[in-house]
Amino acid sequence: MNLNESPIDQILPEEKQYSTLNLGPTHPATHGIFQNVLKMDGEIIISAEPTIGYIHRAFEKLAERRPYNQITPITDRLNYCSAPINNIGWHMTVEKLLGVEIPKRVQYLRVIIMELARITDHLICNAVIGVDTGALTGFVYMFQQRELVYEIYEEICGARLTTNIGRIGGFERDFSPKAWDKIHKFLTEFPVILKEFENLLERNRIFMDRTIKVGGITAERALNYSFSGPNLRAAGVDYDVRVAKPYSSYEDFDFIIPVGTNGDVYDRFMVRQEEMWQSLSIIKQAIKKLPDGPYHADVPEFYLPPKEEVYNNMEALIYQFKIVMGETDVPKGEVYHCVEGGNGELGFYLISDGGRTPFRLHFRRPCFIYYQAYPEMIKGSMLSDAILTMSSMNVIAGELDA
Amino acid sequence: METVTNHSASGIAMAERPDGLEGAGFFATSLEKVVGLARKNSIWPLPFATSCCGIEFMATMGAHYDLARFGSERLSFSPRQADLLMVMGTIAKKMGPVLRQVYEQMAEPRWVISVGACACSGGIFDTYSVLQGIDRIIPVDVYVPGCPPRPEQIIDGIMKIQHLVETESLRRRDSNEYKEMLNKYGIE
Amino acid sequence: MSSSERTIEILKEQFEDEILQVEALYDFLTISLKPEKIVTIIQYLYDHPETKFQYLTTLAGIHYPDQNQIAVMYQLHNLLSNERIRLKVFLPEENPRVQTLTTVFAGANWLERETYDFFGVIFEGHPDLRRVLNVEEMIIFPLRKEYPLEDQTREDKKDSMFGR
Repeated sequence: MNLNESPIDQILPEEKQYSTLNLGPTHPATHGIFQNVLKMDGEIIISAEPTIGYIHRAFEKLAERRPYNQITPITDRLNYCSAPINNIGWHMTVEKLLGVEIPKRVQYLRVIIMELARITDHLICNAVIGVDTGALTGFVYMFQQRELVYEIYEEICGARLTTNIGRIGGFERDFSPKAWDKIHKFLTEFPVILKEFENLLERNRIFMDRTIKVGGITAERALNYSFSGPNLRAAGVDYDVRVAKPYSSYEDFDFIIPVGTNGDVYDRFMVRQEEMWQSLSIIKQAIKKLPDGPYHADVPEFYLPPKEEVYNNMEALIYQFKIVMGETDVPKGEVYHCVEGGNGELGFYLISDGGRTPFRLHFRRPCFIYYQAYPEMIKGSMLSDAILTMSSMNVIAGELDA
Repeated sequence: METVTNHSASGIAMAERPDGLEGAGFFATSLEKVVGLARKNSIWPLPFATSCCGIEFMATMGAHYDLARFGSERLSFSPRQADLLMVMGTIAKKMGPVLRQVYEQMAEPRWVISVGACACSGGIFDTYSVLQGIDRIIPVDVYVPGCPPRPEQIIDGIMKIQHLVETESLRRRDSNEYKEMLNKYGIE
Repeated sequence: MSSSERTIEILKEQFEDEILQVEALYDFLTISLKPEKIVTIIQYLYDHPETKFQYLTTLAGIHYPDQNQIAVMYQLHNLLSNERIRLKVFLPEENPRVQTLTTVFAGANWLERETYDFFGVIFEGHPDLRRVLNVEEMIIFPLRKEYPLEDQTREDKKDSMFGR
């Protein structure tokens, strides 16, 4: 993009006292790869021009080439800080298309995994807000806690970050006793560290001075920009997909939705902090009320049959072959399913024409939609406030560009 | 591979002493060995983290798998002050010129480590918008496969870079072979 | 009557002849409309006190090569009564033009740029219609079905080994 021909030039008057600063794609403070060309009057920002697409990997085109169960690793890489939520959301979309009824135990286990993922996502975001104000200690503490969650994921699915967790229809195996041990260890150790992290920053005078009344947005503008998730809740609107359209038995659990008032950085920090406490409470409730039952639904099109049957039964052998080669039959249809991701309403719009791959798959990515409001949010603020606003919005490059 | 063997009286492991002539108050060895030893234990990386591998890098820098014990305590985001360009994550074609510019701005001696399947070869993204491997635009020294690689694998890659740094000849960057290799990439 | 029937009735009061098809796919009200007055219809649904669809969930393009049409799909959401609706307009493949939604929703800006980037749909009246995700110099619209997924200039991956 030629800096001298930016469309912003047509709107501003021709005063050359403004300086142009390129907050370029590689920058230590932008956590992710996106560019902002700022027009500045000294330290105050007059306007910003974002450019994204530096990590565009063409997920939507790639999904048209892959069978349904091979799309799960792609969804991992959308919001890679909370990969299980994306995976389970995709599985639920396909289950909706097929019209499959999922057993209660699977739904509760999925809730446990999704809330763990939400905690990890909010951990990174809050730790990074701390780093951008200069508080590096919290970052190191929080990453240590993420290691505990990585160990839980490893017990369940084998991978740390890009998990590809579960299968269409449930899980490939029930949680082992070791996984439960690690979950209990997490539930006892993590609240202590979270409280310590809170004490570092929550009533810290310097942090509050830097974050209150910075990067705010009103509720009306936020709704017009289609915000969702913690950013919208910090602005005052209590819209949470888990409550508005409960999926996977969220209606069985008792939790509150934290809501802010100004929509500024401090409110977003506090909303995410409180959501982590609520997620811990949901996990505890799910473990207490966990019913017995099968750990997967009966989905012959996508769930691999057990090995004893494959070796002895002709039908199971044929299904095994078809599933692995991706040649199973799927009904035609057009379905939209959304889950509450770490950043907001993550939606999957799937059109199937009966073939082995989707006809069209569109991801409704919350980051992409609310990042549009960034130039408006930082207008008139200083450069360090702009950095802080960007990190508090939790913009993940994988979800921005897809 | 280099092993830390000498332990001082306080129990701190020191680096291994290279071969040389020793006497009362002097120690003579070749310059290459001393320079290699000094360079290898103080590499300043430039983390070029684009996507998921960047989060695993953050975990590597964290307290659990500490990368700072290998000398990489200070991350440098300015290419001029960095020794090692760590490319972690997918490089799209839109990002290619930026990566090339950052590499050209680095001062010699410089090394490049390509972390993750996407940086090595395009990974699972065999699409029109992803660069199929960064070695199409810049020369790479060590490749670390994985999607994403575990922190132990990243540290293994760093240790291999350390080996390359230690054993590199002082004249390599001026040699004709090196200049030819850079010309192949179109870098002056 | 159910809320979706009431919505259809409200729509039919003013825009009876714009409706092409009404269906409820997987319990989701989907209405196909003619493309000329789509922004007026969405503004009407935004303002009407009984529907109040004041949240734009998403906006995407779909290419139907068999009918030579490119569809644009809008999904709206009424946060107060928790209703959703999907509106689809079908545009001819050679010249897909439709009016922009940025006058109603500010969030439609980049979504329309993405649809232009992937399918070539021109949104008339958009303040800044250029590519958002792909390289600016690209001349093709990659998500159309006729274009391949892979980069055609790569020489190291043999298609026969990759099952293509």
